[in-house]
Amino acid sequence: MFIINCPYCGERDQTEFSCGGEAHIERPKQPTELSDDQWAEYLFMRKNIKGVQFERWNHAHGCRKWFNMVRDTSNDKIQAVYKMGEKPPVK
Amino acid sequence: MCNLKPLNIQYLYSIYDQNMKNKYSIFSLIKNALSGHENWQRAWRDPEPKKEYDAIIIGGGGHGLATAYYLAKKHKLINIAVVEKGWIGGGNTGRNTTIIRSNYLWDASAGLYDHALKIWEGLSQELNYNVMFSQRGVMNLAHNLQDVRDLKRRTHANRLNGIDAVWLNTEEVKKFCPIINTSPNIRYPVLGGTLQKRAGTARHDAVAWGYARGADAMGVDIIQNCEVKGIKRNGDQVEGIETTKGFIKSKKIGVVAAGHSSVIANMAGIRLPLESKPLQALVSEPVKPIIDTVVMSNAVHAYVSQSDKGELVIGAGTDSYISYTQKGSHNIVEETLRAILELYPIFSRMKMLRQWGGIVDICPDASPIISKTQIKGLYFNCGWGTGGFKATPGSGDLFAHTIANDEPHKLNAAFNLNRFVSGDLVDEHGAAAVAH
Amino acid sequence: MSKNLRINKNNFIDQTTRISFKFNGQKLFGYKGDTLASALLANNIHLVGRSFKYHRPRGIMTCGSEEPNAIVQIGNDPSLTDPNVRATEIELYEGLDASSQNCWPSVNFDIGGINNFLSPLLPAGFYYKTFMWPASFWEKYEYFIRHSAGLGKAPTKSDPDIYDHQYSHCDVLVVGGGISGIISAKLSAEKGLDTILIDDKSFLGGSTIYQENECYKINSVNSNKWLANEIESLKNYPNLLVKNRTSLAAFHGYNYLLARESLTDHLSVNERKGKVRQRLWKIRAKKVIIASGSIERPLIFSNNDRPGIILSSSIKKYIDYYGVKTGENISLFTNNDSAYEAAISLYKSGVKVNVIVDIRKNSDSLIVKEALELGLKVLWESSVVDTQGYKRIKSFEVMKLSDDGYNVVGNRSKYSCDCLGISGGWTPMVHLFTQSGGKLKFRNEDNVFIPDENKTPSNQISVGSCNGEFKLNEIVVNTIENLKSFLSLNNSCYDGIKIICPDEKSKRNIWLLPSDKPIGKTKPFLDFQNDSTAKDVKLALREGFKSIEHVKRYTTTGMGTDQGKLSNMHALGIIADTTGTNMGELGTTTFRPPYTPLTFGAIVGRNVGKFFDHTRKTAIHNWHVKNKAEFENVGHWKRPWYFPKNGENMHQAVQRESKAARDSAGILDASTLGKIDIQGTDSSEFLNRIYTNAWSKLEIGKCRYGLMLNEDGMVYDDGVTTRLGENHYIMTTTTGGAANVLSKLEDYLQTEWPELDVYLTTVTDQYSTISICGPNSKKILAKIVPGLDLSDNNFPHMSFKNTKISNVNCRIMRISFTGEHSYEINIQSNYAEDVWIKCMEAGKEFNLTPYGTETMHLLRAEKGFIITGQDTDGTLTPSDLQMDWIIGKRKFDFIGKRSLYRSDTIREDRKQLVGLLTEDPKEVLEEGAQLVENINKKPIEMLGHVTSSYFSPNLNKSIALAVVKSGKKLKGKKLIVPMENKNINVTITDTVFYDKENKRLNA
Repeated sequence: MFIINCPYCGERDQTEFSCGGEAHIERPKQPTELSDDQWAEYLFMRKNIKGVQFERWNHAHGCRKWFNMVRDTSNDKIQAVYKMGEKPPVK
Repeated sequence: MCNLKPLNIQYLYSIYDQNMKNKYSIFSLIKNALSGHENWQRAWRDPEPKKEYDAIIIGGGGHGLATAYYLAKKHKLINIAVVEKGWIGGGNTGRNTTIIRSNYLWDASAGLYDHALKIWEGLSQELNYNVMFSQRGVMNLAHNLQDVRDLKRRTHANRLNGIDAVWLNTEEVKKFCPIINTSPNIRYPVLGGTLQKRAGTARHDAVAWGYARGADAMGVDIIQNCEVKGIKRNGDQVEGIETTKGFIKSKKIGVVAAGHSSVIANMAGIRLPLESKPLQALVSEPVKPIIDTVVMSNAVHAYVSQSDKGELVIGAGTDSYISYTQKGSHNIVEETLRAILELYPIFSRMKMLRQWGGIVDICPDASPIISKTQIKGLYFNCGWGTGGFKATPGSGDLFAHTIANDEPHKLNAAFNLNRFVSGDLVDEHGAAAVAH
Repeated sequence: MSKNLRINKNNFIDQTTRISFKFNGQKLFGYKGDTLASALLANNIHLVGRSFKYHRPRGIMTCGSEEPNAIVQIGNDPSLTDPNVRATEIELYEGLDASSQNCWPSVNFDIGGINNFLSPLLPAGFYYKTFMWPASFWEKYEYFIRHSAGLGKAPTKSDPDIYDHQYSHCDVLVVGGGISGIISAKLSAEKGLDTILIDDKSFLGGSTIYQENECYKINSVNSNKWLANEIESLKNYPNLLVKNRTSLAAFHGYNYLLARESLTDHLSVNERKGKVRQRLWKIRAKKVIIASGSIERPLIFSNNDRPGIILSSSIKKYIDYYGVKTGENISLFTNNDSAYEAAISLYKSGVKVNVIVDIRKNSDSLIVKEALELGLKVLWESSVVDTQGYKRIKSFEVMKLSDDGYNVVGNRSKYSCDCLGISGGWTPMVHLFTQSGGKLKFRNEDNVFIPDENKTPSNQISVGSCNGEFKLNEIVVNTIENLKSFLSLNNSCYDGIKIICPDEKSKRNIWLLPSDKPIGKTKPFLDFQNDSTAKDVKLALREGFKSIEHVKRYTTTGMGTDQGKLSNMHALGIIADTTGTNMGELGTTTFRPPYTPLTFGAIVGRNVGKFFDHTRKTAIHNWHVKNKAEFENVGHWKRPWYFPKNGENMHQAVQRESKAARDSAGILDASTLGKIDIQGTDSSEFLNRIYTNAWSKLEIGKCRYGLMLNEDGMVYDDGVTTRLGENHYIMTTTTGGAANVLSKLEDYLQTEWPELDVYLTTVTDQYSTISICGPNSKKILAKIVPGLDLSDNNFPHMSFKNTKISNVNCRIMRISFTGEHSYEINIQSNYAEDVWIKCMEAGKEFNLTPYGTETMHLLRAEKGFIITGQDTDGTLTPSDLQMDWIIGKRKFDFIGKRSLYRSDTIREDRKQLVGLLTEDPKEVLEEGAQLVENINKKPIEMLGHVTSSYFSPNLNKSIALAVVKSGKKLKGKKLIVPMENKNINVTITDTVFYDKENKRLNA
């Protein structure tokens, strides 16, 4: 189980958090302009990366804040956490 | 059109005959015992890859090997390779809790899984390999009124679909599996359940090995320790695969890579509606027979059976995050055992012998994908989530059909990729929250 | 049979405290400090069990957690019996009652022993090759296989014992209390770090603590004396916690470790009462020091499994620590020096050491010299080729090894014995290291897998023999040096330490020892518990199972309760030798947690029974209990289901309740509905985006029903939201959906629309909701809030008022889920029960009737109102529910909107919500039943299913809601509900059955 450094609360046990999947998938501003294919791409299609992934986490049993995390899914090592709206600190 | 060699029946039979000389039976066991078991043949060859195949299957798990087997057996393709990055059957085939059932809610799912169940029923004989399919029944428990509605709905749908499923009240549940705590005073009392008697378990390794032996006997090359590094395409037609053993050419590539499906898809430049998550399971130390069926409970999240060796086989849940580590979080195991002890307080002194994780590829609608893709000659069989083992024979059969004909069989037509565009999902969440 | 093999000289066993115990019904004695195994050996009992497959007699082989054979059933109380307990680990207590497992009728005469004679027919994987004829017979074969497999017997009654969890966050965790662990713990504590030292034994010191050999000296004193002082000195550190009888179970990522502390298993049954049996420690350590040691390997030769064949280091421990002779005529068979230490200990304790068979050509280390000086006979360059004796070894046969070690030469010579010690070298215990993600490397010179220092996860270190250091000087010096850098120490209290120890120079390893017989005629066991032999491994390889994981699975090597601690290395070695591969390339199988089997009860801790899951109760719960409510579980909530009176069944109670609600007045505790307080200047815009309908124009003081979708367009939740102020709303959600709705709303707010000024707070627990409905509800409310103008003009349907009840602020909404004139009182929860009672008193004259969820469901079904989760299942759009009116067509966007316009979501033949009436009005449909048009056409096409169904007392007929394909167009159509024993005819109707004109809302 990871230790996650919540950007608002500090280090906490993973069991306090829930994962919201891939990050930086912006909700389309004008959904009606999208084709069914494009909408499906937003709705369902995921990179599901093996390696360094940008993802969303929520401190569900804590401050309830959503934030972003950079984690290597091949070894579960967390490389960085950053607040929503901030630029990822690593590439 | 793809370039398939016409069938050479005689060649096929000569290979088959030669390899099946070592047919398994009690007589061959006795015969071999006399020679100290020195004369058993290899169950499958260990070939180097050829330059080109009529079809390549990526992934040497049960589904991939079954696909190759049925391609060779039913679709007259003999020049086939299965490439596996590790050892065959080493992924989810060898990591699951081996539950087999077909009592799914929707017509499409029921059709798919019951097709598989029917093949299971004769699989040991078909493969001449004892896969130990044991129809000890699978019971699904209801713990609240909505469970009751959902399970009854499923039972009615199953019955009309010709799938054996009956509703049991609490007393009948207790009678069928006396060690369940059916006291009305527990936190989530058992309000009843459904039973599919034809359902049960099988020996997971044997399924991979049996299909491998059968496919190999028909000339399929099973290439282990061969990792795919790239998919070569020419425009929208697939051309072959780059592997750790070099480039292998083929115009038909079927991907059956479970948790790693997206990794292969990314190589081909497409995206799939999948997330790969850790799913854990555990076994206890072996004890004398104590539970003779499979019991599943969605509401408290516990499912358990007992292996022939005597170990309690217990499936835990998935974590909420993507991970390829084959490890999950301890709290998932703890929650599962909590539920197990709620339903079976007599197991409290049992001991966990071994726990492990697998990587399961989960679709948004908890149903699989057996489908063509936008790339010609590239097919995917994935998204089985937590419950793919039970479908192995059917999945292989239908995927073989889809690859051979470049068209889905009617039983897997609903499980196409386009459903995520059109909105025609096969949502089995209700029935398959724990789809084991 | 029973004779005493105890010697008097002893520091560790309290020979003044005699303990009586039973084994297989026989009453025996041991001493305080014994394990069951040492006590049995002292009574000259070696045969303790039968093997898994061939039911061969098996004896005690080791003295620790690697024991494959001596696995016993403890106790026979159906709730307390423990299967599969290692006799080598369980401490003797007064009244201990142990018995052999997996044998019938007894361990001495076991019918299953016939399998041994059938063994030629039962090679590895035989079951894959047979039991296939006739096809239907597998389950019959399986019945017998299952009954002959398994080991001990599970308890058959609930476990009365208590298990506990303890969370700990320490600076340093040291795993293992041998010499390197002790040094580590002291260095860590010395630095002032918060340190925990755990060890699975009841005593600290590992194998050094009973090492009396004069060859081992630290700072000029015998190593055992030196270590005893060190252990004593640990008491000086208040920042050091030492936990004995605590076994490390799992080492997860991020230095999260689980350790099981055993608290009562060593006590007599009477002393256990009221105490916690086991405690699971959940430890987050900043740094972890693994000092888990190593275990001795057996040697692989024919019939190496007989009772009386014991690891040589275990023989040494039994004599030196427990004062127990494992035999009176002992020989040893070895490939390294450690057997000589055992031989010397035996010799000094007066036990006859017949010969030492050594596969090496010679050895000139100090320890061997000492043995030779004592006159012990060594057969160099020789190998044991076979043993005799069924229930106890009687003799063994030795042959000379060829120069290359591949063959044996010359003649067999036979030696009698009653115990044969074997030693195949040492295997570092790297389980924990690999569990944590570390990678191993192979060291060719002594054939060990050791931690690769370059592939070690951060903040952990392996020290001592688990790190491949076997000589005392290396263990001590390297541990100190490595820890200095690991813990950033400038100097240590051990600087300048001086160590003298023997130096083992000669090594020779043969994984499968040669025999003069073909392998087919031999029985060289690898996995003693699972009965897999070297032959099985070779057969697997011959059949193409090349990967180590395939071999393991095909032969079951390493899959017993010891998880291959003794067998895995030899299996690997034999594979490497047979296939001509280097062991390092072959790799190991995965070491899976737990290190030793872990009790389910300990994993679960206190979270069983009533603590299985938390229970949420409303503030009015006690009143419901007093008034005999039956409860329904809804999510975590307990909700009153119905209130039976005078022995009513559910049906009778519900008929009465629902009639009363429509005829006069009913009262419902609706407190479990989710309540979310929404504030901020963009609250209206926020609601516009998350609900399908429009919110900006809702007047302050008015309520509106809203439907929430998932982004894929499917109905997700619903409820009434009230505008309390310009920038203030209160939203209600379903009971089960409350938590998910809040987190979904937060998600959108924080991640998609951070520009919106909106704040969400859950107030579900803070406010209780009392709903009063029925034609007399207004009169009742008038009595409770006499000052409030309840006229339709002032307080119309779908509006709310702030008011007070007995000086307590409350909000009253005039909204209705039953179709009746109805109010919902929202009041701070601590006043809720009082207000409820006030309502009951005020309503007495109107027969105000409390009703539960079942009546609520019935009343709303009469009105065709949906319950999300019951009438919907995540596959229905608003249009499918015939609720097109609630979609704000002019709205630019809302969650799920785009999905409603995909090719399959606009299809007209989707399943749609309809009403159903049965041909026989008394016939109530089963919820979940399917609907078909033509029962005779196969395959039967199912058009939909019944979602809600009740007998309506107000309409005096059965009513139902259902979803049906193209249902919108099928009004009046007759369908069939096929049940198992009959077909029920139904007609599709409108979804509203009662008061279609909604007159009663204002009645």
